[in-house]
Amino acid sequence: MLSTSSVAPIFAQLGLGVNTWSLILIVGTLLIYFTIAIVMHVADPDDFYVAGRTIPATVNGAAVAADWMSAASFISLAGLISILGFDGAIYLLGWTGGYVVLALLIAPYLRKYGQYTIPDFIGDRYYSNTARGVAALATLFVSLTYIAGQMRGVGIVLSRFLGVNITLGIIVALGLVALIGVIGGMKAITWTQAVQYTVLITAFLIVTVAISLNLTGNPFPQAALVTSDIATRLSQLQADIQMGRYIVPFREYTQWQVFAIALTLMIGTAGLPHVIMRFYTVPSASDARLSAGYALFFIALLYLSAPVLAIFAKFNLIQTLNGTPVSQARSIPWVQRWSETGLLTIQDKNGDGVIQMTQGLTSQASEVVLDPDIIVLSTPEVAGLAPIVIGLVAAGGLAAALSTADGLLIAMSSAVSHDIYYKIFRQDATERERLIVARIVILIAAVVAAYLGINPPGFVAEVVAIAFGIAAASLFPPILLGVFDQRMNKEGAIAGLLVGLSFTLIMVILMTADAVLGFQEPIVTTFLGLEKQSVGLIGAVLNFAVALTVSRVTPAPPEEIAEMVEEIRLPRGSADVATTAVDGGFETDGGERRRETN
Amino acid sequence: MGEAESATETRTEPETDAAPAQPDVKEYWRRNLRLIAGLFVVWFAVSFLAAIILAEPLTAVTIGELPLAFWFAQQGAIIVFVLLIFVYAWRMNKLDREFGVED
Repeated sequence: MLSTSSVAPIFAQLGLGVNTWSLILIVGTLLIYFTIAIVMHVADPDDFYVAGRTIPATVNGAAVAADWMSAASFISLAGLISILGFDGAIYLLGWTGGYVVLALLIAPYLRKYGQYTIPDFIGDRYYSNTARGVAALATLFVSLTYIAGQMRGVGIVLSRFLGVNITLGIIVALGLVALIGVIGGMKAITWTQAVQYTVLITAFLIVTVAISLNLTGNPFPQAALVTSDIATRLSQLQADIQMGRYIVPFREYTQWQVFAIALTLMIGTAGLPHVIMRFYTVPSASDARLSAGYALFFIALLYLSAPVLAIFAKFNLIQTLNGTPVSQARSIPWVQRWSETGLLTIQDKNGDGVIQMTQGLTSQASEVVLDPDIIVLSTPEVAGLAPIVIGLVAAGGLAAALSTADGLLIAMSSAVSHDIYYKIFRQDATERERLIVARIVILIAAVVAAYLGINPPGFVAEVVAIAFGIAAASLFPPILLGVFDQRMNKEGAIAGLLVGLSFTLIMVILMTADAVLGFQEPIVTTFLGLEKQSVGLIGAVLNFAVALTVSRVTPAPPEEIAEMVEEIRLPRGSADVATTAVDGGFETDGGERRRETN
Repeated sequence: MGEAESATETRTEPETDAAPAQPDVKEYWRRNLRLIAGLFVVWFAVSFLAAIILAEPLTAVTIGELPLAFWFAQQGAIIVFVLLIFVYAWRMNKLDREFGVED
């Protein structure tokens, strides 16, 4: 990166344009990620699954942030908020508040437990391979739908900025991500994610600072919301053109829906396998707590900027286009470029030769219709920033998508190779065999993800939106109860998990019957006033209710499980597990130490 | 807050009986749950209460140039969330040492 920026003047003299910078920065960062993988290559399961439990709290925080902030956060978040106004809070609150849940209720205890995967915890705590298997399937389902969404981000970045064919772009990008995972496992993934975090946050902040300087003269965009009157000005501007006031709550969703979606996203976050498994990689339980704090701090750097960028970008856009003669608007370079991609359409519907923006930016009735994704991607051009910044945004968007994809691949690989293959079917598998399976599964998962990216089935976008609901309704309750309810037994946990998961899946299928089953209309549109992205909340409540009820009328868990819960609650000794695991190899670890009584 | 904390620590130290070999696990867990509950009250207040339940009345109140509800909804709650986790990590480290269960 340093070397490329020091040669900037030379390239400028050579007249290198936007695409060249994108090319240099994308290829440059990809080479860095790949180099890390080569340096970090691993050969034993501890390194492969949990990076040897040697990751410092700050580095794990950055890795969690990159793992977590996907193409959706980097590319789509600010655009979505721009469209939603106040109600954009569902994403801002929902995707950050979950870290409090995770840090206080889950991360330190999972780390103390100290095995490899989330199904591991559920299988051991509920002394049942059935529970383990169901948890592994839930992990696969959540991760697979999530990764399909990442591929769209990769596709947009590569086609828009490099002009390469999307199919080729996805194959190359996923191939690289898979190779990093295959060579270096969790260890390489962790360190590349930390670097990817740096790339994506640098890109995002440079853009936001630059546009903040342009519009308010204030170089601290996070503060501009309070110190300038930009939000109220935008609100007035929108009111003037009948777009609805920006700062008024509950224009897009009802109050109950905002409440439910935010809560679903929060507990879904605390149940996302690829995120919570990262807390196995730190040296101790107290590091896990601290690491969650760093993770949210790093995430907040972007999440505190996004609402400001959303306002600036929308303000700028309305001011530039509204009331402008159509012919003049069409000659603006960035309008031309984004019109070509089909993500921005300008149509003079009433034939008066002047643009009128009304009823929002995504409404088909408006003379300007745009895809929310271009808010962030077009901002550098709209604000007239240097071509290198545009290249940086491309590299940042790609880093966000790839880091999340990598985390999802290792989550799927460990669920299949460790939980299903080793713990359920082949308990006598050697270390070497298990690692071979783990690596093969990464490749298979990458192929499936590439297929979904290249041939997105109609319902992928729908399913991604409810991945959180599924995580909330399936994995979150048994993990939480496993720590906080000593009396919870396998009957209760399995019944709760199955009810929560199947209720949510059935509801989602009914609500997306038009896309999934080919019906004319969704069979059900809302349940208790909730739509598909928040119906998982009901699933989670059912999961808890069923688990608590069933567990109280069935036998208490065995004595050794009660002891295990007591032990998990104390940080004492969590650092030693790391030492035994690293030094003692696998004979004393894996499944043998905690028995399987299924 | 720091001073008040150290005062509490001095006060409660004798109760733990200075026997790290046999820490009072039940009391440790009770104190942990109390801390968690307190922090979640704040968590709920800055997000669900200030930004959603009371969104309409708090839109009339302003912070700087901005309606207070909007600020909590899009920035304020996030800042508090970050602080909550660090406060928890810090208080738990103290509690771990007090009961001799630190890692």
